[in-house]
Amino acid sequence: MKKFIALTLSLLLGAAALTGCGSTGGTDESGAADNSAIYRTVDEIKESGKINIGVFSDKKPFGYVDENGDYQGYDIYFAERLAKDLGVEIEYVSTEPASRVEYLKTGKVDVILANFTVTEERAESVDFALPYMKVALGVVSPDSALITSPEQLNGKTLIVAKGTTAETYFTENYPDVKLLKFDQYTEAYNALLDGRGDALSTDNTEVLAWAIQNPGFSVGIESLGDIDTIAPAVSKGNTSLKEWIDNEIVALADEQFFHKDYEETLAPVYGDNVDIDSLVVEGGKVDSEN
Amino acid sequence: MQDLGIKVLFMGNNFWRLLGGLGITIKISLIAVAISIVLGIFMGMIMTVKNPVTKAVTRIYLEFVRIMPQLVLLFIVYFGATKTFGINLSGQLSAVIVFAFWGTAEMGDLVRSALISIPKHQYESGEAIGLTRIQLYRYIIIPQTLRRLIPLSINLATRMIKTTSLIVLIGVVEVMKVGQQIIEANRYTVPNSALWIYGTIFFMYFFTCWPISLVSSWLEKKWAN
Repeated sequence: MKKFIALTLSLLLGAAALTGCGSTGGTDESGAADNSAIYRTVDEIKESGKINIGVFSDKKPFGYVDENGDYQGYDIYFAERLAKDLGVEIEYVSTEPASRVEYLKTGKVDVILANFTVTEERAESVDFALPYMKVALGVVSPDSALITSPEQLNGKTLIVAKGTTAETYFTENYPDVKLLKFDQYTEAYNALLDGRGDALSTDNTEVLAWAIQNPGFSVGIESLGDIDTIAPAVSKGNTSLKEWIDNEIVALADEQFFHKDYEETLAPVYGDNVDIDSLVVEGGKVDSEN
Repeated sequence: MQDLGIKVLFMGNNFWRLLGGLGITIKISLIAVAISIVLGIFMGMIMTVKNPVTKAVTRIYLEFVRIMPQLVLLFIVYFGATKTFGINLSGQLSAVIVFAFWGTAEMGDLVRSALISIPKHQYESGEAIGLTRIQLYRYIIIPQTLRRLIPLSINLATRMIKTTSLIVLIGVVEVMKVGQQIIEANRYTVPNSALWIYGTIFFMYFFTCWPISLVSSWLEKKWAN
């Protein structure tokens, strides 16, 4: 009985702590006046001489740490340029997919440049600047029977990983394609190598990198389905920094900055035969092919 | 192919980076364990006090820490403190706070159970041969308590060392994260490096926790007479 009382008490306390957190979060958002404490404006960043940028440290080739302990990758190349044009030093913060939003909500970083896909749900808690990259589905198949359009797959077997966008996309749009589903990517790729399917589909960045490592296979369809964009994100309401980054991205289009970024960081992984424009976005303009 | 994987370990500063990560792991856990032991002893004493108020408070504290996953506590301290009070704690400081908070509760409970496990006749016998209160604790109660406490607290310390792998989620790059960074940086060129890196990390954890176990069994033997 004693134990039961103790348990109930502690549960109550836990619930109180949780709701307490929730309500304070609410007052934070409504009290926009004191929000200046949460994020830093462009001037404040310039004044401090340092910008905190949240990046991935283990997602090659977008953000990773090389053998000398230096940050490298597509996102980092852009981050370096941002800091250079702001005239400040960079303090990199290693983030995880699950904690990226929290870092912005608390202002522990000024910008997130961590392969951050723009979604409506995320846009409610952070502000996205213009995109600098896009991802869609890609389809990889053997060179001997290369699949170059989704219609070619009708009646054939396509390998997908369970729970991916590829699975939903083909189920909805191409019901005549036979799907062979696996739990893990490694199993799925092995099935393609063994010839258990005619092609495999997942994010184009993944299949492109895989095809380079596996001679005899090519990516026949480089961009398919809904295009997701990847953009820098700042704390909700930090318009001065968001506008500064937007202007920067537009200005960088003149020198084709992200094409250069691609050549430096992604080309070694994806090879030279890839249509750069199926991945790179210049000046924040995404052409809507689909 | 087998020799390729181990090559990754000695590329550039990789091995030193792993050791640096281990250094952070050890630093945070040692500070937290030290705080936990000191505060835990007091907490344990408070827990044995026969007062309904202290009993309820310490009980709630202990159950709260036990029920809450450490990850939630880390997020509350690291992000929650900033959100609610505007206090910007570093990842490492937040980690020490959470692990000490957790360790104190668990250690307190261990101390409490060790204290109450000393049979009543030990106190009574001490009093019967005319020992003062201080002498009673110094020569009879504390030595027996410590002896019972050692294996339990070693268990807690090693558990705390291993749980530090969670702190990567609040941005502290410790040994596991460095390992993942190395594996991912070589994902395309050396796909089998994972086994070697995780193997190395296994031995690093082992050689961190093993000496602690050795000290504990040495102490147990020494005090066994």
